[in-house]
Amino acid sequence: MIRQDFHKVDPKRRATLDHKKKQFAAPVYKQQDYPHRLNFYDVPPTAEITLEQFEQWAIDRLRILAEIEACSYRNKSPAETEAHITPLLQKYLPLSSNTSSSLGAADQRLKNERQKDHYSHFILRLAFSATEDLRRRFARAETMLFRFRFQKDDSREKRAFIESLNLDWEPISDEERRELSEHLVNATPGLRRVDEESWYKVDWERVPELVERRSVFLYRGKAYVPGREQLSMIIAEFTARLERSLELTSRALPRLDEDDRLTPILNHLSKNFGSAESVYSEGEGFVDGAPITANNIDQLSQHFPLCMRNLHMSLRKNNHLKHYGRLQYTLFLKGIGLSLEECIVFWRQSFKGFTDDEFNSRYKYNIRHAYGDVGGDVNRRGRGYPPYSCQKILGDSNPGVGQTHGCPYRHFSVDNLIGLLQSTGISDRELLRGVREDVEKTRYHIACNRVFEWTHKAEIKRVKEDGTWNQTDLDTIVHPNTYFKRSYLLKQVGKAPKKA
Amino acid sequence: MPHFVSPEEFPSHRNDEEVLPDAPPTDATPSVPEDKESEATGNDTKDKLADLLFDDDDDDEFPASSAPERRNESSANRDAVDSSAPQPAHVDTDTMLAFYQRLFPFRYLFQWLNHGIVPSPDFGNREFALTLQNDAYLRYQSYATADLFRKDILRMNPSRFEIGPVYNTNPRDRKTLRGGQMKPVSKELVFDIDLTDYDDIRSCCEKANICGKCWTFVTMAMKVVDTALRDDFGFQHILWVYSGRRGAHAWVCDPRARNLPDDRRRAIAGYLDLVRGGTQSGKRVNLKRPLHPHMSRSLEILKPYFAQTTLVDQDTFVSSEQAQRLLALLPDKTLNDALRKKWESSPDRSSTSKWADIDSLAKTGKSSTLNTSTLRDAKQDIVLEYTYPRLDSEVSKKMIHLLKSPFVIHPGTGRVCVPIDARKAEQFDPLSVPTVTQLLGEIDAYDAENPSNGTGTDAVDGEGSMPNDSDVRGSRKLQDYEKTSLKPYVDYFRSFIAGLLKEERGGKRERNEDMTEVKTESMEF
Repeated sequence: MIRQDFHKVDPKRRATLDHKKKQFAAPVYKQQDYPHRLNFYDVPPTAEITLEQFEQWAIDRLRILAEIEACSYRNKSPAETEAHITPLLQKYLPLSSNTSSSLGAADQRLKNERQKDHYSHFILRLAFSATEDLRRRFARAETMLFRFRFQKDDSREKRAFIESLNLDWEPISDEERRELSEHLVNATPGLRRVDEESWYKVDWERVPELVERRSVFLYRGKAYVPGREQLSMIIAEFTARLERSLELTSRALPRLDEDDRLTPILNHLSKNFGSAESVYSEGEGFVDGAPITANNIDQLSQHFPLCMRNLHMSLRKNNHLKHYGRLQYTLFLKGIGLSLEECIVFWRQSFKGFTDDEFNSRYKYNIRHAYGDVGGDVNRRGRGYPPYSCQKILGDSNPGVGQTHGCPYRHFSVDNLIGLLQSTGISDRELLRGVREDVEKTRYHIACNRVFEWTHKAEIKRVKEDGTWNQTDLDTIVHPNTYFKRSYLLKQVGKAPKKA
Repeated sequence: MPHFVSPEEFPSHRNDEEVLPDAPPTDATPSVPEDKESEATGNDTKDKLADLLFDDDDDDEFPASSAPERRNESSANRDAVDSSAPQPAHVDTDTMLAFYQRLFPFRYLFQWLNHGIVPSPDFGNREFALTLQNDAYLRYQSYATADLFRKDILRMNPSRFEIGPVYNTNPRDRKTLRGGQMKPVSKELVFDIDLTDYDDIRSCCEKANICGKCWTFVTMAMKVVDTALRDDFGFQHILWVYSGRRGAHAWVCDPRARNLPDDRRRAIAGYLDLVRGGTQSGKRVNLKRPLHPHMSRSLEILKPYFAQTTLVDQDTFVSSEQAQRLLALLPDKTLNDALRKKWESSPDRSSTSKWADIDSLAKTGKSSTLNTSTLRDAKQDIVLEYTYPRLDSEVSKKMIHLLKSPFVIHPGTGRVCVPIDARKAEQFDPLSVPTVTQLLGEIDAYDAENPSNGTGTDAVDGEGSMPNDSDVRGSRKLQDYEKTSLKPYVDYFRSFIAGLLKEERGGKRERNEDMTEVKTESMEF
C-alpha cells in the first residue's frame, strides 16, 4: 500500500509545510533545547556549525572514548576509571547539571555544553558506522560513557530524564506489591523486604538477562523488576537503540551526499580511534631478525606469556590440543611471524601419533584457514583472523573439559595457577602473593604484567637507565604478541653488550 | 483431480490402487496391508539403514534394534482391526503415499502455519525440509498454498518432513539473493523433551525403548514446562506433539512467541533449564534459596511424581550404585555413614524405604553436625534432579532450528506424531498411538461395514483434511480420517487452530484499526 501519512512528521521537522508546496520549500528545523543533562541521542542535530567546530568537537569526544576504552582494556576498576576520566571529561567534554547554574537548563553555557555533547556524538556516529568492528567498539565506549554520566547525575534530574524517555514502565501499586510480596522476595536474589524497593512491571522481553538467570519474578508475560535494576535496563535500552541507529547510519552512509569536506575528516577520525592496543595491526608482533621457525618454538617459548606457555606445555605433554587451543596458539604463532609453511611443519611434528593422512584431513585446513590461505573471500583478503588480544581471550568462553585455551589467570583456579607459574620457574613468594591478590580482584592483566616485570626486572631497569626505552614502550601489556615481542627484545638487550 | 499419483512413481501393475481412496471395500484395497507386509520384510535391511541415516538427533539416535519386541507387546492390547493385520517392521513407500493421500491433514497444517485462511507469507515463506525415501535431504522448500504443498508432498512422498522458520523472502529464492540477505523472521518457540536424556535415572528401559512407566517422565516434564509457559510467560497457544517414539515437542504458537529473536529464546531456555552437566559432574542441581517461584511451583508439581515414579515405579535407588549416588548428593557425612551402614545390611531395601530412612535417621539425632534446613534443601534438589524436565535447550535457542512436523510418520515405529492435549497429559499413552498401517486398515474396515459411504470415484477427494464444504448433514461424506482412530487427534488439532486463529483475527483488526478502507483479509503480513 502506498499511502503517505502526512500527519506523521519526522520529529525534527516542524509540521508547518503545506505538502503541496513542500518540494520548493526550504526545510525548517526545530531548534533543540536541552532540558536534561543526559541525552539518549534519539534526535539528530540540525543546526549549522563550522567545519572547525565539526572537527574539534569530534576530536574532543574521541579522546574521551579512547581513554574509556583504554581503561577497560587495562581492566581498571570503576573507581580507578572514574578517577582517570573525570578530569579529562571536565576538560574536553564538560556536561553540567541543571543545578549548577542559577538559570537551570536555560543557561547558555549549559546549552552550549549539551549541544557540543549532542553534535559530537552524531559526528562520531558517522565516522564509526562503517564497519561492524568500529560500530561495536563505538557502541561499547559510548555506553560506558553514558553509564558513567548517568551514575553521576543527581537523583532528581535522573528521574526527570527517565520520565522524559517514555520507557513504558508501569509502576506497581502498593496493593499489588503486598499481594505478591512473597514471590517478589523469592524471585529476586539479595532482597530481604519488598518495601525497600520501588517496583516496575515491564514486558519480560525487556529484561532477558534477568529472565535467563531466573532472578526476576514473572507473571503472565510481565517481569516485576526492582528499582535497582533500573540502571541496567536503561543502559540496555541505550545500547540497543544506539546499535540500531548505527546500523541504520551505516546503510545510509553510501548515500551521504558529501562535498569532500566531511569525508576526509570522518575517515581520519575513525582511523584514530585507537588506543593502539585495542586493534592489532598486522605484523605488529613481528620481531625483525629473530629466527622464527618451527624448530625454534621450544626455545622461544620462554618468551611466551603464560597462556601460550600453557598451550605449548600441554601440546608437548599430550601431543595434541583441542580446537580452540590450536586456534589461539596458531594465531599467536602467526603473530610472532611464523610463516604458514613453518606453522604446518610445527603442528605436524607436534601431533605425534597421527598419520599424515589424519593430520592433513583433520587439522591442516584449520591452520591454513587461520592464515587466510583458504576460506571465503573475506577471510582470504583479511589474511585470516588477527591474533587474539587479551581482551578476546579473557572474554571468550571458559575452557571446558580437556580444553586448554583461555587465560590461566582468568580461567585457572588460583592454586592451579600458582602451580603453573611455579612450573615455569617462578617461585618468588612476594610475587606469587601479588598475583593471588590481583586475581582475586579480577585484575588479570595486572597479574600477567606483574609476572612480566618480575621476570624481566634486570633488563627493564637497564633500558630505563639507558633511556633507550621510554615509558610508552613499557606500557601495560594487553596483547600476548606484545608480551612476546617485548620479552624477546628485552632479553636481546640483556644479552648484547651495552650499545653506545 | 483426486490424486496426484504419476505413473512413474506408481508402478502400473498397481494401477488398481490408484482408485484406492474411493474404492469400495470389495475392491483390491484390502490387499494393501498384506502387500506391505511382504514388501516390508524384503526391505527390512534397507529400511533399517534408512532409519539409521535418517535419524534426527532428537529421536532416533539408536535404530530400534528391539523395536519388534515392543511392537508385539503393544499389539497385544491393540484393537481387533490392528491385530488382524500384522505390523510391518517399517513403513514402505506405498503406505506412506496412501497416508499422505488419505489421512494427512494438509489443510489444517496449512491453517496452523498460515494463521488464517487466505495464503500469506507466514506460510509462503516458511521453510520445509523433506527427507526423501532415498535419504536425500531437501532443505528450503516452500509452498504458496495448501494445495501446492499437498501436491508436492505427494509427488516427493518424503519419509518425513520438518518445519523451519518463516523467512523475510521466499526460501526458494535464496540463491538469487546476495549472501546474508535471507533472514529468518519468525518461528514458533519450540521445546524438545527426549527420554534418552533420562537414561541415567530410568531403570525400566533405555535408549530408543519406552514403556508406560518411563513415559511418565515426559508427562511430568510437559506439566512443568506448560505451566511455566502459561503462568510465567503468558503464552496460551501451546501445541504438544508426540515425537513418534520416545519424546515430545512443544510448539508455542502465540504471535509474541513466534517473533522472539534468538537472544530472547535463549533467555527462556535458560529460565527453564535446570539440570546441567553430565553424569560426571556430581550434584547437578544447586539452587539458591529461597527458591524462585517457578522452582517452588515446579517442586510442588513434581513431588507426587517423585514419590510414585522415581521411588516406586522406577525404584531408582534400589541398586547400590544409584544409592551411592543418592548419598553423594546428601550434605552430612555422619548421616551418610549411618545410612550406608543400614542399606548395606539390607541390600534389597526399596527406594521408598531408603528415602524415608534419610529423615528417620536424621531425626534420631545421631549426627551432631546435621543442619536440618541444609538437608531439606538437599532433598529438594534431589527431587528436582530426578524429576525436573531435561530439555534439549539448543532446539529452543535458535529460530532456524528445524523440527519434525506434527502428523508425519515416525519412520522407525510407524506411529503418527499426534498432538497431545496438555490438559489431559496423564491420559496420553504413546504405545496406543495409531500406526500408519493400523489407520489404513481402519479405513478399509470402516468402508467394509458401511459400503454406502464409498461410492463413485469422484465423490471422494483423496485428502483427509479437506474441510467439508457441504453442510447438508445427510449428504456429508466422511473424511477418511474420521473413519479411524486418528480422528480425536485431528479434532484436537482443529480446535487448537480455531483458538489460535481467533486471536490472530483479533490482533489483525487491532493493527488495522486506523486503515478501515483496507480489506483486512488481504492485508495479512
